[in-house]
Amino acid sequence: MLVGNGIEDEEKWLAEGIAGIQHHAFYMHRALDANNLRETLKYSAQMLSELRTSKLSPHKYYELYMRAFDELRKLEMFFKEESKHGVSIVDLYELVQHAGNILPRLYLLCTVGSVYIKSKEAPARDVLKDLVEMCRGVQHPIRGLFLRSYLAQVSRDKLPDLGSEYEGDADTVVDAVDFVLQNFTEMNKLWVRMHYQGPGQIREKREKERSELRDLVGKNLHVLGQIEGVDLEMYKGTVLPRVLEQVVNCKDELAQYYLMDCIIQVFPDEYHLQTLETLLGAFPQLQPTVDIKTVLSRLMDRLSNYAASSIEVLPEFLQVEAFAKLSNAIGRVIETQVDMPIVGVIALYVSLLTFTLRVHPERLDYVDQVLGACVKKLSGKPKLEDNRATKQVVALLTAPLEKYNDIVTALTLSNYPRVMDCLDNGTNKAMAMVIIQSIMNNNTCISTADKVEVLFELIKGLIKDLDGTSVDELDEEDFKDEQNSVARLIHMLYNDDPEEMLKIIYTVKKHIMSGGPQRLPFTVPPLIFSALRYVGYGLQLVRRLQCQDGDVVGEEVPATPKQIFQLLNQTIDALSSVSSPELALRLYLQCAEAAGACDLEPIAYEFFTQAFVLYEEEIADSKAQVTAIHLIIGTLQRMNVFGVENRDTLTHKATGYSAKLLKKPDQCRAVYACSHLFWVDDQDGIKDGERVLLCLKRALRIANAAQQMIAVTRGRSGPVTLFVEILNKYLYFFEKGNPQITTDAIGGLVELITTEMQSDSTTVASDAFFSSTVRYIQFQKEKGGALGEKYASIKV
Amino acid sequence: MNFIVGAFKPPCIVSISFADGRTRKQVPLKKENGHTVMVPLFQSQENIVGEVLIEPIHGKKLEHTGVKIELLGQIELYFDRGNFYDFTSLVRELDVPGELYEKKTYPFEFSTVEMPYESYNGVNVRLRYILKVTISRNYVSNIVEHQDFVVQNYTPLPSINNSIKMEVGIEDCLHIEFEYNKSKYHLKDVILGKIYFLLVRIKIKNMELEIRRRESTGSGPNTYVETETLAKFELMDGGPVRGESIPVRLFLSPYELTPTYRNINNKFSVKYYLNLVLVDEEDRRYFKQQEITVYRLET
Repeated sequence: MLVGNGIEDEEKWLAEGIAGIQHHAFYMHRALDANNLRETLKYSAQMLSELRTSKLSPHKYYELYMRAFDELRKLEMFFKEESKHGVSIVDLYELVQHAGNILPRLYLLCTVGSVYIKSKEAPARDVLKDLVEMCRGVQHPIRGLFLRSYLAQVSRDKLPDLGSEYEGDADTVVDAVDFVLQNFTEMNKLWVRMHYQGPGQIREKREKERSELRDLVGKNLHVLGQIEGVDLEMYKGTVLPRVLEQVVNCKDELAQYYLMDCIIQVFPDEYHLQTLETLLGAFPQLQPTVDIKTVLSRLMDRLSNYAASSIEVLPEFLQVEAFAKLSNAIGRVIETQVDMPIVGVIALYVSLLTFTLRVHPERLDYVDQVLGACVKKLSGKPKLEDNRATKQVVALLTAPLEKYNDIVTALTLSNYPRVMDCLDNGTNKAMAMVIIQSIMNNNTCISTADKVEVLFELIKGLIKDLDGTSVDELDEEDFKDEQNSVARLIHMLYNDDPEEMLKIIYTVKKHIMSGGPQRLPFTVPPLIFSALRYVGYGLQLVRRLQCQDGDVVGEEVPATPKQIFQLLNQTIDALSSVSSPELALRLYLQCAEAAGACDLEPIAYEFFTQAFVLYEEEIADSKAQVTAIHLIIGTLQRMNVFGVENRDTLTHKATGYSAKLLKKPDQCRAVYACSHLFWVDDQDGIKDGERVLLCLKRALRIANAAQQMIAVTRGRSGPVTLFVEILNKYLYFFEKGNPQITTDAIGGLVELITTEMQSDSTTVASDAFFSSTVRYIQFQKEKGGALGEKYASIKV
Repeated sequence: MNFIVGAFKPPCIVSISFADGRTRKQVPLKKENGHTVMVPLFQSQENIVGEVLIEPIHGKKLEHTGVKIELLGQIELYFDRGNFYDFTSLVRELDVPGELYEKKTYPFEFSTVEMPYESYNGVNVRLRYILKVTISRNYVSNIVEHQDFVVQNYTPLPSINNSIKMEVGIEDCLHIEFEYNKSKYHLKDVILGKIYFLLVRIKIKNMELEIRRRESTGSGPNTYVETETLAKFELMDGGPVRGESIPVRLFLSPYELTPTYRNINNKFSVKYYLNLVLVDEEDRRYFKQQEITVYRLET
């Protein structure tokens, strides 16, 4: 038979079957109307004979069955009314058994049996027992399943359950349960027997068809779940063991999966909890191909929901040691099912973890245990390649983070980093990012060095190059993102206690130093600033102590900044050696300033020295040099820690470097910036007017030279911007009261600029700048006051 | 009938009636011509009492050389049709030779008649009981009238009634064990039992239980055996697996059985068998036949 034709043929056969049923049903109805029992039985048997077909797929057979089912309802009504047919129900029960064909016979028997129970002329248990036993005669899987399903259907409301009107004298619930169990067992056997062992394509189709019938079998479990009389005792003693026995013994993948799931779904959570051991004991005995993880996950889901439903049930969980049992069961399942893919294993652990987190959130040791088990399973294997498995591991790692909303908790889990080790580099990084995100989102402060240590262990994928990743592979953007995250993270590592903070800083340094040239520029600055913040804090502390207790200065507290600065020195040194000299220079200056603020002159001096060395040796680019020299000048200007000698050395150097810049305008600007080094507008700042003037004059000379150079090379004079800028400096120092800056000098400069501008009228910008400046002078003159008087003598 | 009777102009009407004819149980009996008539039912050792009424046709004189009534038990074998073998023959003289002018009744009585065999209508044999009235005449043929009646004999409950239990099979192919609860069943009995499958390596389509009747007639080289299947009762639909046990419950009442007859007067036997048939998907039949004894239980 070709598969293609099969479908059409089936339609035809179904139509024939339905026509047959209708035909016989017509005569049956006539006989019913005439109250003719003999004819009724004859035609009903003929009608039911249509169900003897073997040609239909389960789906089509179901349609046929439903037609017959409707007719049987009418028949049952007729059987009920003895006055119509005049035969006692007992005799009727025998009479229908005269039918020669078994299938119609048993359908009729079940129908009469249902009436028989209703009549209460015999105990329900006896009738049910007889029916379920007689049904053994149909061994054809589909026909048997439907017959027994019919039996289950008609008997459903007639079980001798507790409180039912069919309840007998003693222990009748047992009979009800026995009946359902037996029917279930037989149905399952039939169902399993449908398992087709032919070629793949047909098998797939058959298995699909078979799967459609599963609810027929599962219905029995439903009924069991609804029997009032099934209390925990009975469930434990009878129902569960027998159902499990059947499930295990049937050795069928489809059935085992479905039925285990059914058990979990139809019986109350409380029962599951109390019979956990038995239930779980069945899992390792299932076929290796059964999707145990899904079933177990559902069980754990249900249990955790149950636990969540009410606090009162939690002691039950503890009492039955639910966690230990589940954990053991999972271990055993994994052990026995050698072929289970790794993704399945991890999925199981994820479920268990979820369960633990929901039921025993306070038991971190449980969580750690789960992770440990997972590590054990994963260790000794190559890193995970499977995408789905990786996803599961990520889920495993994310779950505790989400639950506790607090990385600190996760840091106490000793197996956490070991699980992370199992991830491939990419995922490992992603996971590390998740951890950092979690810290950021919750604004968690990591406050001990130990935790920091663990944390860095976790995110080491971001901190250093792992084996096997070449740098080229990295996406630059991602890399930046990652490193920026790490930088942000460093700020979260903080403790108010200086001693601990110092340890933290040491730990961080240790880790980031291993980061390699690519990472250092990202990670060093936050470390420096974090440390400087600490130094600043220590300083405040010292000051506060001094305020409170006069001269009492903590012995170790001032010692600490020194250590820190030493550390920082080394750190920045590392940075300069990896070709980020500009960054290093900035950091040196930053440190120098901080050291200055701490009154640590030698250290500050050392930092400056380093900065200058860097300037000399590493910074070659002229633009960078300009920037650097301005930075140096700026920083130096603000420092007041240095003694005269040191300061002279440094300012001298700075001025010297300024004059040696490549471009004249740069030189000029650097030099006039240097003038500020000699005039600190502070109460106790130095005010060396002479040297200011020297600088400015030198700047003027350079500006002049620049102007001439332009005139020579381009044949016309250059812009006067530099002169205007110098003029502004003059005005600044003039206002600040430098005696060396005279009104004459200013007037001369203005004149010079005016002359220069006449020979060159092209530059509008400098023109505007100059006229603004002149306007400012005018304004000051007109404003009057002390400053106005000073300005008054300036000739414009 | 009247027309035919009229044509031959029998000189009188003869009728036989039983003393307890109104109360006695009547059973159907199939006659040679295919008609079924109701006849009284007797059992062995009963008294058969009644009267014979002879009514000459009005105004005619009936001369006779004597009137007698016989009770005959006869066996007729169909290969020797028309030749009746009387295993029982009792005679009562009703009248001495003389003349009859008007109707006359003759009472008769056969007391505690030994009728060891039951009436039986088989394929090749018939066993019947009749009352035969003969009015003997000179020169012309005798006037003969028959009345059939049926004899059924009851058997007490057998003291020993073992179950039938047997394991049969085809090596490495099919092994079953079957059990019927008794070896002797009465006519309205139920056969209970089960079939247990020890080994199934063939694809069985269904299984049925047949009731077969084996009638053997004659003896020696002239033995004729006729087997009929009276019942086909499906026990199982579809193929079982190892370890299945299939229940048997067969009510005998719907079937027209007789008791088992063993060697009736050395002329014939009727035996019953249960035949368990398994049919595989290629329609091959595997069967095992077991004799059962059927008896009539007094109700």
